[in-house]
Amino acid sequence: MAMASAVAGAAGGKPKPALLLLSRVDAAFSAALRARFRVRDFYASAAPLPAFLAAAAAAAATAEDPQAPRAVLVAGGGAILVDEAFLDAAPSLRCVVTTSAGVDHVDLAECKSRGVAVAGAGTVYSADVADHAVGLLIDVLRRVTAADRYVRQGLWPVRGDYPLGSKLGGKRVGIIGLGSIGSLIAKRLEAFGCVVSYHSRSPKASAPYRYFPDVHDLAADSDVLVVACALSDATRRIVGRRALDALGTGGVVVNVARGGNVDERELVAALQEGRIAGAGLDVFEDEPHVPPELMAMDNVVLTGHEAAFTEDSIADLRELMIGNLEAFFTGKPLLTPVLHP
Amino acid sequence: MESLGVLLLHPMDAYLEQELARRCRLLRFCWDAPPDRRDAFLRAHAGSVRAVVTGGVAGAGAALIDALPRLEIVACFSVGFDRVDLARCRERGVRVTNTPGVLTDDVADLAVGLAIAVLRRIPQADGYVRAGQWKAKGDFTLTTRFSGKRVGIIGLGRIGLAIARRVEAFGCPVSYYQRTKRDYPNYTFFPTVVELAATSDVLVVACSLNEQSRRIVSREVIDALGPGGVLVNIGRGGHVDEPELVAALAEGRLGGAGLDVFEDEPEVPEALVALDNVVLAPHMGSGTRETRRAMADVVLGNLEAHVSGKPLLTPVV
Repeated sequence: MAMASAVAGAAGGKPKPALLLLSRVDAAFSAALRARFRVRDFYASAAPLPAFLAAAAAAAATAEDPQAPRAVLVAGGGAILVDEAFLDAAPSLRCVVTTSAGVDHVDLAECKSRGVAVAGAGTVYSADVADHAVGLLIDVLRRVTAADRYVRQGLWPVRGDYPLGSKLGGKRVGIIGLGSIGSLIAKRLEAFGCVVSYHSRSPKASAPYRYFPDVHDLAADSDVLVVACALSDATRRIVGRRALDALGTGGVVVNVARGGNVDERELVAALQEGRIAGAGLDVFEDEPHVPPELMAMDNVVLTGHEAAFTEDSIADLRELMIGNLEAFFTGKPLLTPVLHP
Repeated sequence: MESLGVLLLHPMDAYLEQELARRCRLLRFCWDAPPDRRDAFLRAHAGSVRAVVTGGVAGAGAALIDALPRLEIVACFSVGFDRVDLARCRERGVRVTNTPGVLTDDVADLAVGLAIAVLRRIPQADGYVRAGQWKAKGDFTLTTRFSGKRVGIIGLGRIGLAIARRVEAFGCPVSYYQRTKRDYPNYTFFPTVVELAATSDVLVVACSLNEQSRRIVSREVIDALGPGGVLVNIGRGGHVDEPELVAALAEGRLGGAGLDVFEDEPEVPEALVALDNVVLAPHMGSGTRETRRAMADVVLGNLEAHVSGKPLLTPVV
């Protein structure tokens, strides 16, 4: 009796479903989760992952016990892998919800074979990443951040006008990866009169832009390269020496994808030697380490892996994650399911 | 136009200067000299100056116009002509030209670039990384989304419309104020700037500066825009009550500002430099190699047209 009332909801109704929480969440998110679910918070426990999962499993009499956690909210990035071992340790799980758009850390095949549904962040971050990419591009071509420094250093009255930048209109922009982020970048840049082309694994039938099956041909035909693809074996260092050489002097690289998509050493060398004209970078190979050579350059703009993170996207994410969890627990279709290909 | 005596008021563009020197009889004004030397220069050359080439901030005031009895044309290397004494030019029959159109895209690009830079705090984020804070302190703060923000534009002329088209691609609803309402199916008209500001997240000044629009961004407008609002000024410093703006930003009554122009360029109030919710640009709205070249060609084209008795390309007066 005591246990039943302890697990009952505030109104004395149905008990709240149990949820494994393997993501750091802010206060608002935490409160929203705890209002709806019985949260077992990994980051609040001192236990290592296997012990944490074992304790959660042991708290239930059987896998069907309402105390058994049937859903997990997990962060992306790879600190926690939802793989065979994980799923073995949490046999009651039937739903994995990740706060990331990418699902590299989730074994989709294993989930499918165990009847575990997976939901991701869908396109919750896409607009903000696209906006940041456009902001970085305008900044590099029009020297916004460098000129802001110039004014703040009191140089305008002393040295006069800031050196001229480069016009956006008519620039050929090659987008690597035309997923939800790449498409939004393309749509925005067209409004500035940029000419958009793209490279991806295969052409998108609905995309009105010129497709290049070879990224080096894209680079050769571009004034700007925007990297917006997921990181995979196929796209690791997709922007390397060859692509940078093809892009050529006057060329600009914008990276809002992953540091691993670009050969960072080659990029730094190309910038130092003036073989390309500038770069806007939100991601790096070994974050938060940024090559010191870049820190001294006026023709680069550097931000710390923040393209996705606005108050708005965090609020949207919270709503989406809870929406997915509530859909699962009420037997409805997930809002942003990720299917095994 | 080899016999056309042209007074270049101040250095503004290497290509323009080189072409004027090549094609006309170029005189370079001693812009930085003390007033008595400037006056002496004008007296000495009054007989030969038939054209003045000037920039947007320098303009051409009554004193200059009066000192040049043979003046026929003032060609501005800018779209703004608020510092040219048009009345005096009309009285004297002096033509005035500017450089509209060719700089529209660049100015609109910078307006949007400033809006994103302010909301997403790009210069501040860059400074954070360069100062080693990403390593030392961890992630930068959350910033504010630009997509979908309500954009209010003061003046839906060439530049205002170009800004509207760009922000529409970000899903931003567009509203505007100007003296006359037009029929734009996608843009909402407001009969006062205060009402426009009250319903905007980003307020952009894109009108020309004249008697009606001086300090059009008043304390009342700034208050209506509010602590969540951002002002972007790519017009003229004179459009904004600058002391009020600075106070509002410092006190948090206005959320942020992206400013390309100031009341007393190149001076920027110290109080603005101290703030981290502003992005400051040194009047570079048209500052690209491509556009300055195109502007120079418009100036040269206007002078050629004048000398050959053809219609001016872009007359103001």
